[in-house]
Amino acid sequence: MFDPGPIPGKRLLRIRLNGRWREDAVADDQLLVDYLRDTAGLTGTKTGCDGGECGACTVLVDDEPIPSCLTLAARCEGRSVETIEGLAAGGRLHRLQQAFHEKLGAQCGFCTPGMIMAAEGLLRRQPDPSEAEIRAALAGNLCRCTGYVKIVESVRAAAAADA
Amino acid sequence: MTAPLPLPRLRLIRPTTVEAAVAARVECPQHEVLAGGTDLLVNLRRGLLAPPALIDITGIAELDEVRTTADRTRIGALVRLDRLAEDPAIASRHAALREAAVAVAAPGHRRLATVGGNLCLQTRCIYVNQSAWWRAAHGACLKSGGEVCHVAPEGARCHAAFSGDVAPALIALDAEIEIAGPAGRRRVACADLYHEEGRAHLRLDSGEIVTAIEVPTSIAHSGYLKERIRRSFDFPLAGVAIACRTEGAELSALRIAVTGTNSRPLLIEGTDALLGRRIDESVLAAAEKLVARQVRPMRTTLFPANHRRSVAAALARRLLGALGAPDAAAGRGHAGGTA
Ligand SMILES: Cc1cc2nc3c(=O)[nH]c(=O)nc-3n(C[C@H](O)[C@H](O)[C@H](O)COP(=O)(O)OP(=O)(O)OC[C@H]3O[C@@H](n4cnc5c(N)ncnc54)[C@H](O)[C@@H]3O)c2cc1C
Ligand code: SF4
Ligand code: FES
Ligand code: FES
Repeated sequence: MFDPGPIPGKRLLRIRLNGRWREDAVADDQLLVDYLRDTAGLTGTKTGCDGGECGACTVLVDDEPIPSCLTLAARCEGRSVETIEGLAAGGRLHRLQQAFHEKLGAQCGFCTPGMIMAAEGLLRRQPDPSEAEIRAALAGNLCRCTGYVKIVESVRAAAAADA
Repeated sequence: MTAPLPLPRLRLIRPTTVEAAVAARVECPQHEVLAGGTDLLVNLRRGLLAPPALIDITGIAELDEVRTTADRTRIGALVRLDRLAEDPAIASRHAALREAAVAVAAPGHRRLATVGGNLCLQTRCIYVNQSAWWRAAHGACLKSGGEVCHVAPEGARCHAAFSGDVAPALIALDAEIEIAGPAGRRRVACADLYHEEGRAHLRLDSGEIVTAIEVPTSIAHSGYLKERIRRSFDFPLAGVAIACRTEGAELSALRIAVTGTNSRPLLIEGTDALLGRRIDESVLAAAEKLVARQVRPMRTTLFPANHRRSVAAALARRLLGALGAPDAAAGRGHAGGTA
């Protein structure tokens, strides 16, 4: 077996989390998803698998949706990270949250934060996506409940609400 | 199900030059190179390896460049797959490379994943790409530290399948890989980066890392097709890349490479015999037969080995047919979709 080596390094991580800069000491081996849930206390981001297979942990890093279980927190130094908690503003639901609510895009809700963040990344790049573009953008986000039809409808409704 | 494991305790080393990365690898050969992390972090969490430190090479700016000259494209090892998929120069020069890049995993993975990481991806098998408790329940195999291979118990080797999508495209396109090590830089043909052994499929010496890929522009037509269990995102059951050139209507160059069937991406031999002929039914049948005879799938996926052999051969026929058709490139592609 390998020598376990010295205790993991720690470093000061400075990131913009949902619009506000903050600093935390993070271990070198801390995944971004664990930083968000355990250090920052933002448990809206979910863990649905043990290795990049479900998309429930999707967050935006510099406007791009990525699975937060596949990147280290230390890698996000100086970057902007957005989670589901950052979307609603002034007590009002975000247009995607409103649309998922109205169009029944969420059933058990476990995949929903990841779905919405992946969809938000898409709408920032492409405000009026086709169904094919929506399905391609959500390809890495699995849902056990809805069968996807209602999710696609929700994203289209949110895009229309924006126009 | 038990909760997913956190990462094993480890340190991050963050070199900013190739030389410093090589020096860190030489100092401790057990350190693993971390690029996009989409393969390595999963394997670490599943306890498949336990390096004392990760050498995070993403701070090496030199490795993140694409440069084009008239006769080649140089792609740094850290160039991300989403960039390869979207770069118009790549699409017009090396269609197979674009089609392979966009066939890897899902969009979120491709924003993190690098081309170097895709080439160096660990081989896969249903008996190892599992959680630690699953493997413990079943018993370890050769690749996970045990005494026997569960796929071929009578043999002495591991048959875990190379499952990267980009390598076959680069092999078909006759690309070279640039490698940096303690003795400086060297180049190898892409096919020569690999061994036919699932436990040690990379022919990298101690201390070496992949730094760049050089793709010649000499082969005009190319493409990549893969088959997978789940269409939205999945590793290939089999994937085939073909690059060819025609003069008049006759083939003047033909290279076929296959992934997902062997422990290395395989360059199909004997395609020269088809040169000088038109891409007609007999050539398609001959290409299909060459692939079916040379691939060696084993029972490393949920699908039977023979099925993967037939799939690889059928993909070769379909892709060569499409490349030979006058409106080549139409009708292929990998528009993703939800599962
Ligand atoms: C759900 C899921 C689905 C996937 N589907 C596919 C798929 O369909 N097709 C596919 O090809 N892959 C797939 N992958 C695997 C992976 O995402 C890709 O292969 C990706 O390109 C790996 O690149 P990376 O930069 O993230 O590699 P990393 O994880 O950083 O590294 C992969 C390996 O290569 C080594 N390495 C990385 N860079 C270098 C270098 N420059 N020199 C030497 N060694 C290096 C690392 O040490 C590690 O062993 C999937 C992964 C997941 C989680
Ligand atoms: S092919 Fe055999 S040794 Fe290799 S990973 Fe599978 S079971 Fe293990
Ligand atoms: S937790 Fe499943 S992809 Fe990240
Ligand atoms: S709503 Fe239950 S997993 Fe998607």
